[in-house]
Amino acid sequence: MSTDSIGNPSDRLILPQYERDDASHPALDTPEYFSTSQRSPLRPLQLLPQNLTEITGPVLGHERVGETDHDLTVQHEGEPLGERIVVSGRVVDSDGKPVPHTLVEVWQANASGRYRHAGDRHPAPLDPNFSGVGRCMTDENGHYRFVTIKPGAYPWRNHDNAWRPAHIHFSLFGRAFTQRLVTQMYFPGDPLFYQDPIFQSVRDPKARERMICEFDLDSTIPEWALAYHFDIVLRGSHATPFEAEEDDDDD
Amino acid sequence: MTTERSVELTPVSQPATTPSQTVGPFFALPGGLPWPDGPDLLPPHAPDAVMLRGRLSDGAGEPVPDGLIEIWQSDERGRFAHPDDPREQATDFRGFGRCATGPDGEFWFRTVKPAPLPTPAGATEAPHINVTVLARGLLDRVVTRIYFPDDPMANATDPVLSAVDPARRDTLVATATADGFRFDIRLQGDDETIFFAV
Ligand SMILES: [Fe+2]
Repeated sequence: MSTDSIGNPSDRLILPQYERDDASHPALDTPEYFSTSQRSPLRPLQLLPQNLTEITGPVLGHERVGETDHDLTVQHEGEPLGERIVVSGRVVDSDGKPVPHTLVEVWQANASGRYRHAGDRHPAPLDPNFSGVGRCMTDENGHYRFVTIKPGAYPWRNHDNAWRPAHIHFSLFGRAFTQRLVTQMYFPGDPLFYQDPIFQSVRDPKARERMICEFDLDSTIPEWALAYHFDIVLRGSHATPFEAEEDDDDD
Repeated sequence: MTTERSVELTPVSQPATTPSQTVGPFFALPGGLPWPDGPDLLPPHAPDAVMLRGRLSDGAGEPVPDGLIEIWQSDERGRFAHPDDPREQATDFRGFGRCATGPDGEFWFRTVKPAPLPTPAGATEAPHINVTVLARGLLDRVVTRIYFPDDPMANATDPVLSAVDPARRDTLVATATADGFRFDIRLQGDDETIFFAV
């Protein structure tokens, strides 16, 4: 797109604008998830215009990623117990553009549903060979890949006999402050979905499906590991505010 | 121009993004999200270093001991090390900090005070720091902004600050301390901090 017709770019800031997608996200105030009651803000959110601070964001490089950070099964002397899996996919934006060279952080419980965390009181064994922490950078096409152990489900005290479905926590930066996303990846067909208020806090069933990975035969490693595919979609940007005005119609 | 549009842009009726979920209580695994250098944005002897401290509390006024605070800001000349900032670039400043709250809900950063910024509408934003708050019990991040008590003139004309409820405006302004600033974040309650939708 040429910007010549609207003057010298140095006279006028032209910034990308990131499209909002409130319908896909959970309401902060979700009473079924008990911890929201004292912690979710109750006043309406104020709209923050997307200026320089919002459309920029941390550019974190490979210095943040250690040699074995992408493979959670080789971070200790021995091998962790459990079902070895490959988790891979693409980070894209909602315009379909890949998000290259962005940091992906993951953390998870071990195969028996226990986190290596002092606050985790679930009486299931810790695994001396599993920390449950990983990171990697997306490549130039937005691809990422981890090797890990399939996490176990675990109980929590939200309601009577409450269990979290098996999940891997994901943290993404994208390219801009507006794109920051922390989410959880779930596994297909989990029988615990119906009673989990965190999963169900996303009201749109189609949006919930976007948190569930798919079995990925092509990425399995024969006689070694099963595989799951999980694409992550961050907010997309319009190239300029002027395009935003003309593109924003339904279609 | 630094942004490019994809040639294979598909028409989107609804931008189907991946939903947010809570960061949960267990993000602070050894080697996990709380990076060792997370709260310290500066090299050891940086001359302009300021300490930014605060406390995260809930609707009962209790400290939130399992929160994660992230900041994003310009350097002291208003520059971001980022390709989408179309102005002249020259900064090595990381601009990003991350600190897990302690048992008393306290967090800290060692950083510099940012500078005023131009907006596309031709206004000037007063120096500010963007803040992301993540915690168990927050299904999505919440976002706020830190402004500074020593910028009364710039704050008075800041387009964001002047648009919020005057009775609550003070929740966005830090207070001065001996070695920097203090900014407490109250998630809920009568003095609830102003939070933004970005
Ligand atoms: Fe979890």
